[in-house]
Amino acid sequence: MFANLKLSSIRRSWDTAIILLLALVLIFASATTGTFLTSTNIFYIFSNTSEIMIIAFAMTFLIILGEIDLSVASILALSSSMLGYSYVRGVPIWGAILICLATGTICGFINGYLVTKLGLGSLAVTIGALALYRGIANGLLGENTVNEFPSAATDFGLKSIGSTFMPRTLPLILLFGIFFALLLHRTPFGRRTLAIGQSPEAAKFAGVDVVKHKLIVFTFTGFMSGVAGMVYTFRFSTAQADNGVGLELLVISAILLGGVSIFGGIGTIWGVVAGVLLAGSVESWLTLQEIEAKWRTIVTGILLLISVAAPVLVQKSKARRERMALKKSG
Amino acid sequence: MAAKGDLLLEMSGVQKRFGGAVALRGTGLKIRAGEIHALLGENGAGKSTMLKILAGVHANDGGSIKLGGKDFVTGSPEASIDQGVAVIYQEPSLFLDLSLAENVFIGRQPKKGVVIDWKFAQSEAAKLFKELGVELDPKRQARGLSIADQQVVEIAKALSMNANIILMDEPTAALSASEVSRLMTVMRSLKSANKAVIFVSHRLDEVFAISDFITVMRDGATVSENPVEKTNLQKVIKEMVGRELNEMFPKTKNKVGEVVLDVHDLTNPAYFRNISFTVKKGEIVALAGLVGSGRSEVARAIFGVDKYESGSVTLNGKDLPKGSPEDAMARKIALVPEDRRQQGLFMIAGVNRNISMESFNKLVDRGLINFKRERALTNTWRDKLSIKFANQADPVDRLSGGNQQKTVLAKWLATDPDLLIVDEPTRGIDVATKAEVHRLVNQAASEGKAVLMISSELPEVLGMADRIIVMREGRQVAELSREEATQEKIIAAATTGKRGA
Repeated sequence: MFANLKLSSIRRSWDTAIILLLALVLIFASATTGTFLTSTNIFYIFSNTSEIMIIAFAMTFLIILGEIDLSVASILALSSSMLGYSYVRGVPIWGAILICLATGTICGFINGYLVTKLGLGSLAVTIGALALYRGIANGLLGENTVNEFPSAATDFGLKSIGSTFMPRTLPLILLFGIFFALLLHRTPFGRRTLAIGQSPEAAKFAGVDVVKHKLIVFTFTGFMSGVAGMVYTFRFSTAQADNGVGLELLVISAILLGGVSIFGGIGTIWGVVAGVLLAGSVESWLTLQEIEAKWRTIVTGILLLISVAAPVLVQKSKARRERMALKKSG
Repeated sequence: MAAKGDLLLEMSGVQKRFGGAVALRGTGLKIRAGEIHALLGENGAGKSTMLKILAGVHANDGGSIKLGGKDFVTGSPEASIDQGVAVIYQEPSLFLDLSLAENVFIGRQPKKGVVIDWKFAQSEAAKLFKELGVELDPKRQARGLSIADQQVVEIAKALSMNANIILMDEPTAALSASEVSRLMTVMRSLKSANKAVIFVSHRLDEVFAISDFITVMRDGATVSENPVEKTNLQKVIKEMVGRELNEMFPKTKNKVGEVVLDVHDLTNPAYFRNISFTVKKGEIVALAGLVGSGRSEVARAIFGVDKYESGSVTLNGKDLPKGSPEDAMARKIALVPEDRRQQGLFMIAGVNRNISMESFNKLVDRGLINFKRERALTNTWRDKLSIKFANQADPVDRLSGGNQQKTVLAKWLATDPDLLIVDEPTRGIDVATKAEVHRLVNQAASEGKAVLMISSELPEVLGMADRIIVMREGRQVAELSREEATQEKIIAAATTGKRGA
């Protein structure tokens, strides 16, 4: 019975811990910085984490599957560049948005195809894709930037809903959040995602088409990176080839911080949401404290290490619990 | 060195608690030199705890353990090894890329000056293998060695460390019949060298074939200690379960209906050739043969986990596409695989998650899984199969082997299959649960399902099957009816390919 308590508390404890940690950071930050809990700052926290959150929703599925996509920031840049490129060549904005989303989807599909059908490792494939997509974006726009977009689009990226703390992008993010939370936690698709991550072999014996499943997840991760590309473009009113450089690391560390196991099979969307907001809040507090960029980088680095170490520690205490259970069953 | 029959080890009144749970409540065990000693009991009886105390994994809480008259130090694996006790695990952990000699002397390489003396290591290893009566080349890599031979290497390693007492936890669970006999040879060699062998096994026929002494445990206490000639199978089973199991194989006569599965000329050259058979409604057909004879591969090909090269599989009169478990499931085939931990279950997922895995169509309401229905489904199957767990969300890796196996069965029975394939359905589970699994499989047949059973346990095959197909080296060598089948005939066909004996 003790072992029961222990396991569920470990699983629950990580989700709880991350939410508690988020609360602690918020309390500490607002106590030390008068401007932290202002609606302007909250607006910026939400706004600055938009792309990370959007990509993280999808990438959570990939990491749970035991795969990874390091090219998401490059996909963001390429789809952003396609948006700008096509818009300045006379494509109406909605058409340019469709092109942007299609670009992301196709990139994701290509990654998935190479990984699943050719059986290549996702780390290797997406490192290659990271360079490739960024390179194509460079070829497309070069040093140029596109920053003439219709005001409706840039308002969507820049403004808040009325005079609240909520950016206009928030409803979109919320919608995606609800969709992906339901997808992971309430549908057969989500169950199969977790199952594949826990044991690809058992999933095969359970009649899950592992290849097809992975291909779908890679593809929608590409699509979501395209969505992030659109949001990024409108938020900065800029389409250019070096948009979102290094963003993939922020996405991955936020996901791991949110309790998703780097070994696959374990993870929740609410954990990931807390992870993204936690990273965003720390970043915001450091900025308000006018802490130099190099220190901010160090803190981000520490957070990343914590997020990688934490699941391993959970794993270890799980192993301890297993030994306990073994002892018990004697 | 102790002479044959000398009392080597005496445990008495040994107690062990884990938190609030009592694992051992005053257990006794006497081990003599030159003796093969079987330690029997159902899962949870405390056998493994006993072995683990001797192996130094746990320290005992009370009671006394004397080794050669002196107090035995528990709680440290190193101390156990120093005191001459070695453990051979079911799954040996050899370094596969190293040679056998290197494995035997790992961590204690003999040295000539500062360099390792491989010549000496090799000749010593060769000597040990010879003593054990097994021909193994000390220079070969461990990779590719059968499990039995890997165990032999582990035993040689133990002997090289001067072990007098060898503990074996279910050494034969993963072995084929020929490998078992090889291991038995080794155990007899140990015995004639005046070592003591303590082993745990669920295969009672083997226990009676090899052991000199049998200690039976139940609920953390010793219930009987007898020389093998003073006891018998029925008695031991009764002592293990605390009641009589008169119906080990409650075979029912079913109405046999039309053909459900028709396998024709199925060939996958790497594993099997020209396999043809049928299974009818209400019928249990067994695929017998040695491990490695291609039985599991035939089942995997039927279910679509593997592809096959030629031939056909027909289900209820319609062709089944190859290589697609999704199609097989949609056509109502269920496969309870050989390895429940790797293939049958998601070990860290809850019991409920495992049971519902194939039944989403019954649980989904407007695209979303209805948790209430999932709970109800789990409860239904828990009751039907009397699966024991505390909480629905308990990960299955916390369940006993028997309950895990029932969980796999539950998940597939919940799909109400027309064809149920069970591969080694009772491997590594205790006697009482075995009987339950047999009852469940029989019940499935009596409900009109076609059952294809793969089993290495001949009593199970003989007790359960209506027809028996024997395979040898990928070929179908005999088909026997229930009436004509005997252990001898099956073994003869499986080992020589000739029908009859």
